[in-house]
Amino acid sequence: MQIQQSLSRRSLLAGLGMAGLGLGLSGCGTALSTGIAGTGPGADSLTYWNLFSGGDGVRMVAMQDGYQKAHPAVDLNAVTLSWGAPYYTKLALATLGKRPPDVGVSHVSRVPTLAKAGLLAPLDESILAKHGMTSDKFTPKAWKQAQVDGELYAIPLDTHPFVLYYNTDICKKAGLLDSDGRLKNLDGPTAFIDALQAVKKITGQYGGVVNINADPSTCWRWFATLYGQLGGQMLADDGRKVVIDEAKAVKALTYMADLTTGKKLMPSNIDGGGVTMLFSTGKVGFLLDGEWQLTTYQATPVHFDMTPVPNILGGKYATFADSHTLVLPKDSKRTPDRMDLDLAFVRSLLDQSLTWAKGGHVPAWLPVQTSAEYKALKPNSHYVAAAEAAYYDPTAWYSGAGSDFENIVGSIIATVESGQQHPEQAVAHMRSKLTQYANTKPPVT
Amino acid sequence: MAVTTVPVATAPAPVRRGTTRREDDRAGWGLMTPFLVLYVLLLIGPLVYGVIMSFSNASLVQSGLSGFAGFSNYSEALRSSDFWSSMWHTVLFTLITTPALVVLALVFAMLAERLRHGRWFWRLVFFAPYVVPSAAVALIFGWLYAAQGGLFGTWLSDIGIDSPNWLGSSSWAMASIALMTIWWTIGFNFVLYLAGLTDIPRELYEAAAVDGASPWVQMRQITIPLLKRTTLLITMLQILASLKVFDQMYLLTSGGPNFSTRPVIEYIYDMGFTDYRSGYAAAASMLYFIGLIVVSAVWFVINRRQAKEA
Repeated sequence: MQIQQSLSRRSLLAGLGMAGLGLGLSGCGTALSTGIAGTGPGADSLTYWNLFSGGDGVRMVAMQDGYQKAHPAVDLNAVTLSWGAPYYTKLALATLGKRPPDVGVSHVSRVPTLAKAGLLAPLDESILAKHGMTSDKFTPKAWKQAQVDGELYAIPLDTHPFVLYYNTDICKKAGLLDSDGRLKNLDGPTAFIDALQAVKKITGQYGGVVNINADPSTCWRWFATLYGQLGGQMLADDGRKVVIDEAKAVKALTYMADLTTGKKLMPSNIDGGGVTMLFSTGKVGFLLDGEWQLTTYQATPVHFDMTPVPNILGGKYATFADSHTLVLPKDSKRTPDRMDLDLAFVRSLLDQSLTWAKGGHVPAWLPVQTSAEYKALKPNSHYVAAAEAAYYDPTAWYSGAGSDFENIVGSIIATVESGQQHPEQAVAHMRSKLTQYANTKPPVT
Repeated sequence: MAVTTVPVATAPAPVRRGTTRREDDRAGWGLMTPFLVLYVLLLIGPLVYGVIMSFSNASLVQSGLSGFAGFSNYSEALRSSDFWSSMWHTVLFTLITTPALVVLALVFAMLAERLRHGRWFWRLVFFAPYVVPSAAVALIFGWLYAAQGGLFGTWLSDIGIDSPNWLGSSSWAMASIALMTIWWTIGFNFVLYLAGLTDIPRELYEAAAVDGASPWVQMRQITIPLLKRTTLLITMLQILASLKVFDQMYLLTSGGPNFSTRPVIEYIYDMGFTDYRSGYAAAASMLYFIGLIVVSAVWFVINRRQAKEA
């Protein structure tokens, strides 16, 4: 009995060992073996990391397929990682570990930190020019944003602004559409409120909606749009100084709170699911959100159009935006030939910008942005103007998409929108929180 | 326990052919090696590295340790209001959930124990939520708590009560998360209590009943005292589990609104991974680690005392 038991245990272990070996063998020739042997990918393989899931993910895969079809000899190895801080952590660690992807995606708001950490090398514009990628072919604002200290570190793929969605059926009933069926000009602080009130009369409960709960980024985008229109700045000197303009910030926050808790034109307690429900079922006429929600609503029966957020607070026009860019993480093993291969891939993605634009993003590649096909794409082409008026996240090591800057500032803004804090308190709160960061020794130099 | 008693049983046998104590030792170490290797590699190693890192300016986006920082990370953490408020959220969560999870588990276990038929069904009902992954639970409760059209809000407004802002207000978010956690994890304590209850001899109750003790007195004089060790075990396991809270908070509120439900583990994660400050994050996690060690030590002492009494 005893012997049998130990035998069976031994054979079990042996079996497990074999199974492990089998797994190891089947993994040969793939990432595992190259990882163990440290050989790196072959000459004709190209690794591409991106952070796109959902509809964007589907379109990106289509673009990758487009490249693969045109370059069958190249073994394209595309990896999709979940977006946010974890993505940038992986990109940084892989680059430090000397196994970076050949090409990666980065928000332009994250590029300065990656560049200062030495994870990206400046791009030689003469080599880019060889592939037809010159500054005059990109949205100037996005191109400028991809530069750090005068040198280019990333190639912009798009601009994704914060925009205004409107329900065309409701707005028509409220008399807010012009003869072309487009939203009338709502610039100025009162025009937008009047429009929300007109809509509220039709819907009965709310005029518009913007997400608040557990979504600090959206809170920040809405605030940044208004604060940007007043010409306000948050940080200076690469984040070492907090330069919030109290009067302007209070003005923007007061306006936001007035819409929710004050005039009750928008819900003051709402989450992502609630936002989608309210706008897609016609319970509100307006939605403030990123253009990337376009496909979400195209999948619902609601009739809507999109436009840049009106110039509500009336300074130089601005609206929050970020850009997706393509980056080439620093790799000492990158030969000129590889560089050409990588840039040809980037160029191929840019050439397929029309596919990309269908998800709502404004293509940064002007040959597509100015093309007739793109102009025919509606409502996508209705808010192109927002790309040039983009108000980006301030430059700082703790700022950028999915950063603690957005979390902290956005969380405080949410307390104002939901009526838990006064604008003045909120601004003082922002200043003290950000000052802690400004005084901290940066992890990148 | 079983392992240590085996040599005692065989020790007096003089017929052990050629096996000396030293050989036994060697065999013991040999058998322990796979575990020890993994333990050193995956636990002691990273721990030592974490301690070293906590005294450095290490950054996630730069290789190496980026210079010695002395105690500056520790003093910064100790002076940081964000660190202390996240520590407090973890402690507060523990204070809310532990008593509820221990007392309710006991109550439900005693009720289920009294049933004659279909006991398996109640066991399943209480234990089933425990096996659901945290992501799924958070998704379900996210819908229940939803601000517009959420089930809880709809039910409450149907009976004429104004629904609270479950996840959107700082005063309710922690309670909402605690409520979800109680529903989700009570099954584990419930099963432990049920096992403890079946260990109590039936005769005690019969004898007490003959002596005229009411069910209430039986519960107070028999059930609860005899479950003392079970209660102690459950309480300590629960405190340690609650102190490690992260998933449900991160998934339901991401620590919001305005960081009012950010547990200390999320703080460490934010500092280390979102802000790239791995040296500082290591120092914060060491402080948290010390706290956990203190709690575990208290449990160890109490347990030893109990064992001596028994």
